[in-house]
Amino acid sequence: MPDAPGLELLAQDLRETDADAVVDTSYFRDKAALEVAPDSVRTVLAALREKGFRALMSVHGVDYWPHEPRLGVHYELLDMHEVDRITVKTRVPTDAPNVPSVTPDWPTADFHEREVYDLFGVVFEGHPDLRRILMPDDYEGHPQRRDFPVGGEPVHFTYNEYETPRYWE
Amino acid sequence: MTDSTDLAPAELVTGVPALADEDSDELLTINMGPHHPATHGVLRVMVKLDGEVVKDAKPVIGYLHTGIEKTAEDKAYWKVIPVVERMDYLAYYFNAMAYVGAVETLLDLEVPPRAQYLRVIHLELNRIMSHLVWIGTAMLDLGAISMFWYGFREREQILDLFEYSSGQRMHTRYFQVGGVIEDIPVGWEAKVRKFCAEMPRRADQYAAILEKNEIVLQRLRDTGVVPEARLLELGVTGPLLRAAGNPWDLRKAQPYSSYDHFDFKIPVGTVGDNYDRFRVRHAELYESVKIIEQALDGLPEGPYITEDRKVALPPRHELATSMEALIHHFKLVTEGFRVPPGEVYYPIEGPRGELGCFVRSDGSSKPARVHMRDSSFTNLQAFPDMVRDGYIADFIAAIAMLDPIVGGIDR
Amino acid sequence: MEIVRSGGSGASSPDDFRSSQLRARDMLRGDLEGKDLEEYVEQRVLTTTLEQALNWARSNSLFPLTFGLACCAIEFMSIVASRVDVSRFGFEALRASPRQADLIVLSGRVSIKMAPIIRRIYDQMLEPKWAISMGACSSSMGVFNNYAIVPADKFMPIDVHVPGCPPRPEALMHGVLRLRDMIQDKEEPGWRDRYGARGTEEVAPPPDDPAVDALRQASQHSEATKRA
Repeated sequence: MPDAPGLELLAQDLRETDADAVVDTSYFRDKAALEVAPDSVRTVLAALREKGFRALMSVHGVDYWPHEPRLGVHYELLDMHEVDRITVKTRVPTDAPNVPSVTPDWPTADFHEREVYDLFGVVFEGHPDLRRILMPDDYEGHPQRRDFPVGGEPVHFTYNEYETPRYWE
Repeated sequence: MTDSTDLAPAELVTGVPALADEDSDELLTINMGPHHPATHGVLRVMVKLDGEVVKDAKPVIGYLHTGIEKTAEDKAYWKVIPVVERMDYLAYYFNAMAYVGAVETLLDLEVPPRAQYLRVIHLELNRIMSHLVWIGTAMLDLGAISMFWYGFREREQILDLFEYSSGQRMHTRYFQVGGVIEDIPVGWEAKVRKFCAEMPRRADQYAAILEKNEIVLQRLRDTGVVPEARLLELGVTGPLLRAAGNPWDLRKAQPYSSYDHFDFKIPVGTVGDNYDRFRVRHAELYESVKIIEQALDGLPEGPYITEDRKVALPPRHELATSMEALIHHFKLVTEGFRVPPGEVYYPIEGPRGELGCFVRSDGSSKPARVHMRDSSFTNLQAFPDMVRDGYIADFIAAIAMLDPIVGGIDR
Repeated sequence: MEIVRSGGSGASSPDDFRSSQLRARDMLRGDLEGKDLEEYVEQRVLTTTLEQALNWARSNSLFPLTFGLACCAIEFMSIVASRVDVSRFGFEALRASPRQADLIVLSGRVSIKMAPIIRRIYDQMLEPKWAISMGACSSSMGVFNNYAIVPADKFMPIDVHVPGCPPRPEALMHGVLRLRDMIQDKEEPGWRDRYGARGTEEVAPPPDDPAVDALRQASQHSEATKRA
């Protein structure tokens, strides 16, 4: 874990190459995170790879509703030699949910980005095969968004025993 | 250590050529699954075959998608534990540990040492159990059907131990935020020791049947080889990576829950073929037994859950005497505890690799996002590489040695 | 037709044994006739209808389909393993092909992507076929009441629902044995009849439920006779 000053130095290094790449840094509960602009995700990850974070462990999405920009994508990087982790976050609004895909550089992101696309609707430009992975292919909607209803079937209790649909009859 | 993992940014190891179009006319595309005797769970694979040789394999998943992460957003923090446990259904303690660890990090809560040791014991028992089911079903796929009964015989003993300590065989809800739900009963320790005395002998019996078995060697040796650098590119961790020679194990690298108090080895393979994967998992059985014995020997006295009444239920005898305890109990049961806003990713070493849990909290009593980074989901990406240019029989052996748990893949 | 077995196991006294010996000697000589002969045959030969014989054979040799979805599948595998041994009852021949199986055990949560496939598999099974919905997730929605899963009753007929999450292997065994009884037409009534609880629903049942009317009348009658 780069500690707090280490994180600031890292952010400074990244800002030297691209001034508005790093939007924010946060050091919370001994875990370091960088927030970057969506367009510079690939370059930031490549730069972090130079610094030793060579393993991408996870790409996952978050819905920050009601705060805008709403959809977030997190990249968890791991440095196996120094045993360090760092998170790279980026946020995109729902009307322009485009993030450059990192799959060409990091093959592990393939399934992960497909999942984020499926469940959140973030479109990864440059992904070799962006289609739904967990939901059926013709499903409409992105279930993991906060305003998507949880859904479900009514459950039989004694108070609604005769009103709930009895499919087997 | 020589840096075989040193990769210049644009140079990725495999450059596996995409299938040329003119070849695709002669290839037979077959669909295996989702219901198939050999796929472990509902995994569907579209296989392109040239005779018996597999040219490409594309896994299609989603047949067990349960919306666990969506359901988790709807429930109080401690109610999420049973939901999340059912994700990777052979490693239920691990799912619970990852989630509970993430919430404890957000709460900045300290887990008492007795609870940490109890967690380690249960985690390692679960690891043994997962490997036993793996060995039973994997050998069933290869045709050594009797291993199924031997593996499940031991598994029943472990499930008896789980039932003794928590009341349930599977999905026990034993880990809670702050510790474990209940202390171990009298006599549990003796039973675990008896099991630990017997397990290495049983593992020796498995080795005697399988290790030098001609059929196992023929089917598993030199099949499904993926170079270590490619595995790292694909984000594969766990026994698959260790079989390829990389001793990466989060229990040693980033110890959590007092794993650094114990002395155990990490079995590592050399070639990275299916046989090494089999040997690595088999060797892990012995190491887990060692960890359990050390944890039992050093089990500290003390509380089994945190004393912070805002997070953990007060003991019942206090409810009769203390008003505060009553209020805490009421708040915890109806609303649940609130977690300060923040986001954290908490990785642990599951039986299949890195199992991480990402929790985002917005200050209320329900999590705003729970995501499990499941090891099988990522390991499955290595599958096409494992089976390319091998026979169908090696394809089946590769699925068996990959140990995919579709509950974790699909969540 | 009733199935009558020879009463009592083993001779109860030397006299009974002697008398049955004499009867056997008479039979062999051809001396028994009429009612005696009929009684003799009835006591020794299992008589039944063809349908009952078929049901008995079917129920004792179910071929389950190897169909595992999620966590319940592991407990389903435990049933085949040695502690709760399903082979005692004749069900150990698990077939992988639906065309050869006659019992499908939906062990696990049924997601919306998987439901049409399960229906196809069920349709591929040949009559007579039975379905057990194992666990809470497939019977009702279980722990996960959300957009992604379907209760099994919505797309296929289920004979036995086994509750539990996951049900213990013994519980699943109980469910399979109940199915066996159902096949043999020895079905047990539901819990409301067993506990005499008809008429205790919190909401008034639909007016055309004959069982409720009958029981209401019976209870009113018994009330009247008690008071009298």
